Amino acid sequence: MAAIEHSKPKKRRAFGEVPGLGALAIAFMMFLYLPILVLVVYSFNAGNIVMVWTGFSTDWYARAFANEDIRKAAINSLVVATSATAIATTCATLAALALARGGSFKGKGATVGVITLPLMVPEIVTAVAMLVFFSNIGLNFGLGNVILAHVTFCIPFAFMPIRARLDGMDTTLEQASRDLYASDWETFRLVTLPQLMPGVLAGAMLSFVISMDDFIITLMVAGAGDTTLPVYIYSMIRQGITPEINAVSSILLLFSIVLVTAYWFVTRTKPDGKNR
Amino acid sequence: MANLPSNPALRRTLSLAPALGIIGIFMLIPVGIIAVFSFLEAKSFGGVVWSFSTDAYVQLLYERALDDSLILSPGYLIIIWRSFLLAGIAMLCCLVVGFPVAYFISRQPLQHRNMWILLITIPFWTNQLVRTFAWIIILGRNGIIEAPFHWVGILGSDDTLGLMYSNFAIAVGLTYTFIPLMVLPIYASLEKLDFTLVEAAADLYSSKWEAFSKVIIPLSKPGIIAGCLLVFIPSLGAFIQPDLLGGGKNMMLGTLVQFQFSTARNWPFGAAIAMILLAAVVIFLMIYARAARGQQKMELH
Repeated sequence: MAAIEHSKPKKRRAFGEVPGLGALAIAFMMFLYLPILVLVVYSFNAGNIVMVWTGFSTDWYARAFANEDIRKAAINSLVVATSATAIATTCATLAALALARGGSFKGKGATVGVITLPLMVPEIVTAVAMLVFFSNIGLNFGLGNVILAHVTFCIPFAFMPIRARLDGMDTTLEQASRDLYASDWETFRLVTLPQLMPGVLAGAMLSFVISMDDFIITLMVAGAGDTTLPVYIYSMIRQGITPEINAVSSILLLFSIVLVTAYWFVTRTKPDGKNR
Repeated sequence: MANLPSNPALRRTLSLAPALGIIGIFMLIPVGIIAVFSFLEAKSFGGVVWSFSTDAYVQLLYERALDDSLILSPGYLIIIWRSFLLAGIAMLCCLVVGFPVAYFISRQPLQHRNMWILLITIPFWTNQLVRTFAWIIILGRNGIIEAPFHWVGILGSDDTLGLMYSNFAIAVGLTYTFIPLMVLPIYASLEKLDFTLVEAAADLYSSKWEAFSKVIIPLSKPGIIAGCLLVFIPSLGAFIQPDLLGGGKNMMLGTLVQFQFSTARNWPFGAAIAMILLAAVVIFLMIYARAARGQQKMELH
């Protein structure tokens, strides 16, 4: 008996293990990261042909920073992403609260369906639909149009982590607050919102990244002067490939990577304050 | 501000109004307009004439000859076929690579697992356009792959392997862009999988293959289905990958829609293609919803 008990755990561990999987997983990571690495490495190429390495230089970054159009596109991107994030996160927080704390009501499923609709409709369809809509009703707020479009598709991205956080939150604290004669507003401001904050922050970060990265919808909706950074990069690629594109792209990549990593660490705290 | 509306129904409606209003006005109504436009006549140089017509849909299959008779034209069908084919290939490649990777990660200790997942998530949230551009540098003329052939002299200075501007390049681009969407849901269901069931299969003398096909696969089916849809649907309507890597000749539905609205300026036709794309997505989502519901029932029993 003893011999069998000793040998069993070994056999079990071996059963689920498949040789070569580790190597595959590492190869997969290389597949994911090598193209990004190539892009960044060639942004330091001295020559003006991307694929021919002639030496190390940071000239292309200097050029990108000096380029008036790039600077303008970057500012547009930041303005759009910041405004869209602020509006979308506010709308999403209100909606999530109504859905998680407002009891059950008729049409609740449909409501969630509408809020998550932008995730399901293909981006290109949204893009042309918004183009037709804006041009037909003659709405022309310039960058405002772009912000409105971004708010629309950012709402579900902000909504999901906030809703998840609300669902994971213990309602006893809110009940206790009400039992202690706090008003609804006080309960919300002093009890619910502080607990909800990591969810709100996560939602805001997601919408910011999504807005910064959006290309096709902005391409169709934005007027001539309202170019964002991805749309500008696209027009650069169309004109011919230079390491300047790599330099701008690398900056954009770095920006997203920092935000996503920050998002990761924010969402890892559970509602009870402990780390997962 | 200190007084919130006391009527819970009113308060709920007011909180839902901004989100629903924005998505309703800027998403539901525009898509509705596109649906209507697909049944109108085209005005030259963009716009529509307000008279009912199914021309846009007829145009997908037929060409109007000089004598006004309709001739079957396969051009657009080929684009539709290419879209489904490439989306399907990308989905299969993602599944074949993604499943073993997800399995491997799910068998790692918890701390390592989180690290792996973070590493897979990061590229997904970085700019798609930029990540696709990287593949031009790799696959393009004189790119990373071709360069050694030029050095050795197998390829002359004007020769190219022809990797870029091909269906192959599009498939690579789609697989590369969407593979995290395959790994993550499969990982989520494998992580929940009770591994003692696999051990039970082993104790009952099943082979590794049997344990895999009769225990692991059925239990991770929800993740596999979700992953397949999450790759297939955005691939079907992709714009960036066919546009940058496929070139003008290898169009897909997404590039065709964009082309109709920006260059060809045939709005009803563009709208009709957009509707077909949307219909395909809705059908796949319904199949998924049904499969998910079936799965839930199975788990309840």
